[in-house]
Amino acid sequence: MTKVLNTVDTIDVEAVNAKHRRENYKSRVKIFPKRVSGTFRSLKWWIMGITLAIYYITPWLRWDRGPHAPDQAVLVDLANERFYFFFIEIWPQEFYYIAGLLIMAGIGLFLVTSTVGRAWCGYSCPQTVWVDLFLVVERWVEGDRNARIKLDNAAWSSDKLRKYVTKHVIWILIAIATGGAWIFYFADAPGLAYNFATFQAPFVAYATVGVLTATTYIFAGFMREQVCTYMCPWPRIQGAMLDESSLVVTYNAWRGEPRAHEGARRKDTDTTYGDCIDCNLCVAVCPQGIDIRDGEQLECITCALCIDACDSVMEKTGRPRGLISYNTVQNYAASTPENPVHTTLKSVIRPRTLIYTAIWGLAGLAMLVSLLSRDRLDISVLHDRNPQFVQLSDGGIRNGYTIKILNMLAEPRTFRLSVDHLSGATLALAGASDDATRTVILDVEPDNQRSVKIYVTAYPAYLSGDATSFRFSIVEENGEETAFYDAIFNAPSE
Amino acid sequence: MADIERDEHSGTDTTGHEWDGIKELNTPLPKWWLWTFYATCIWALGYVILYPAIPLINSATTGVLGYSSRAEVAQELSEAAAEQSVYIDRIRTSSLEQIRSDQDLFTFAVAGGRSAFAVNCSQCHGSGAAGAAGYPNLNDDEWLWGGTLDDIHLTIAHGVRFDDDDETRYSEMPAFGRDEMLEKTEIADIAQHVLALSNQEHDGEAAGRGAIGYSDNCAACHGENGAGDQFQGAPALGDAIWFYGSDGASIRTQIANPKHGVMPAWAHRLDEATVKQLTVFVHSLGGGE
Repeated sequence: MTKVLNTVDTIDVEAVNAKHRRENYKSRVKIFPKRVSGTFRSLKWWIMGITLAIYYITPWLRWDRGPHAPDQAVLVDLANERFYFFFIEIWPQEFYYIAGLLIMAGIGLFLVTSTVGRAWCGYSCPQTVWVDLFLVVERWVEGDRNARIKLDNAAWSSDKLRKYVTKHVIWILIAIATGGAWIFYFADAPGLAYNFATFQAPFVAYATVGVLTATTYIFAGFMREQVCTYMCPWPRIQGAMLDESSLVVTYNAWRGEPRAHEGARRKDTDTTYGDCIDCNLCVAVCPQGIDIRDGEQLECITCALCIDACDSVMEKTGRPRGLISYNTVQNYAASTPENPVHTTLKSVIRPRTLIYTAIWGLAGLAMLVSLLSRDRLDISVLHDRNPQFVQLSDGGIRNGYTIKILNMLAEPRTFRLSVDHLSGATLALAGASDDATRTVILDVEPDNQRSVKIYVTAYPAYLSGDATSFRFSIVEENGEETAFYDAIFNAPSE
Repeated sequence: MADIERDEHSGTDTTGHEWDGIKELNTPLPKWWLWTFYATCIWALGYVILYPAIPLINSATTGVLGYSSRAEVAQELSEAAAEQSVYIDRIRTSSLEQIRSDQDLFTFAVAGGRSAFAVNCSQCHGSGAAGAAGYPNLNDDEWLWGGTLDDIHLTIAHGVRFDDDDETRYSEMPAFGRDEMLEKTEIADIAQHVLALSNQEHDGEAAGRGAIGYSDNCAACHGENGAGDQFQGAPALGDAIWFYGSDGASIRTQIANPKHGVMPAWAHRLDEATVKQLTVFVHSLGGGE
């Protein structure tokens, strides 16, 4: 190339977490990621803003459910065993919806990983988002990479102390806000906020905030990439999910090698060098302390900041972008400087990803259908076992049943309980008037369950042997919802 | 002292231990492990100081906090008792009818009665209160001594044929056979009549003969139609519930040589609130009047 290139300085930086430098029993080497801007950095800012906004704002959203249910849009009401999510309310026995969501999350993870690689790690994992946030603070207080290294090496002075204290105070405030927001998902947010501030909140609230404050401060402030490398199971699972057609952040060595900085190029004009000018900017911006040019590695969370860094250098030196890019292993292997294979989104569409999409969609659809058609009334019956039946003086036989009626709507409802397929049977509600009737009227409080003891009396002439099948029916008064339970009536054997 | 040397392959020192040429590397412990270990040591020290820990000959060190699990149980029990006392006091001062009509009090009394029943009554009446031969079923609608709240309360408080209680329920059916008041044939006839009263299979002719004997000897307590008399604890004979068996042989035996059940008086053993809870519980079993 004869073109005159802009000068790019080589940065003196070590990929401290590169595999050959990661010895056992070595203390963590501090990483000072350099600020970078570009497409992926902008994307990360947006995702960081959106995810943090969702996290902090969600508990404060209101959703009117009438006078008998809380008006918090998203609420995990552990005390009353209810989960509210906008128009959805889930009772403990409907926990399979959560299981369904977890299945969707699992399949979704497979889908995302098999297509766009470790996008979760690089963009939306809380660890990544909060480390990013802490780095913003660090940069604001102490300056960019060189200033921070200088400050770190400097002897203690009033200036260093001031910056140190400022940074840590802001970190701790963010940590408290992080832990603080978490508890609002589990109680009425405004009420809890007031109680929390006036020291009237339950101990568990303070303990939760304390623990989450500590983990946020320590994980995002000090441990950072070590959480990903040593503590998190995700990289292992995601590593197993990737295949040769998944997007990974790739140093396109076929284009970059042999690498050399500009000084070396000027001295040695005989060699044909690749596009990598060995400026080390990709290493300097890496929050994980690795060198992407070493290839795909476990430590890489695919945050793509090295892509932005390299693209800026390529532009500055008049070379095409994409020396470091999202690429698939397959396309990487097939590429040569003469015939580069371009990776597009189409590259990642293949039977595997289509099947994941189909399963994911079907699971979601099944849940939606089941959610929209689910019952908001349920009955369960527990037959007395001791005694199984009681002989009455007029020759009748009595069985006792504990009946639970679940009114899952946030409004008071009245139900009519009756017995089908058991001729001449009468019902009596224990504890109420003793008059036996054909039906029992039961009021059930909104969003609540009622448990009643019902005595059913029948006569041997209408019974078939020592166990007669019949049915408890429950019908909503002034409504259309019904439920039933198939039960057994016991009698003495002949 | 053995020689500590540097292992060439791993670059780690050996411990100096050697067994038949096999040497041991002195690999350092992971820091997190070491710190956790130190932390548990410190924790243990604190524990030994604060809690009972070091065994002595007759006891153990008590610890600075003076904790004991026995005291903790006593504390929890007294807290539970304090929480219950609100209800217990109200039960003590309320009438049985008031307890029954107050939903909270009723729920508490039934639950308390159930546990007292399991401890004191289930040995004879069964854990489901279904009774056994000679021990009445408390679920049904026939009562020897009455099934109202007050009747049940009196029976529980003072017992049945319980000599140590002056107010106990008392009655005794004559032993018509053992004391030679009736002939065997007369007893058989009366038994046939009793079977007839309860609409069971019977010998019509014998029952007809027995009707006279029944009128003379039995009707005073059991009623002309076998309706029984709760004031005397005389069971109803005209219904489907039988105390000592419904067949002819059982009835003859009971006429000739009757058994008499005994129930202890509980007023001497249990406090009034417990007796009231038992009463409400038994009344709620389905047969309460």
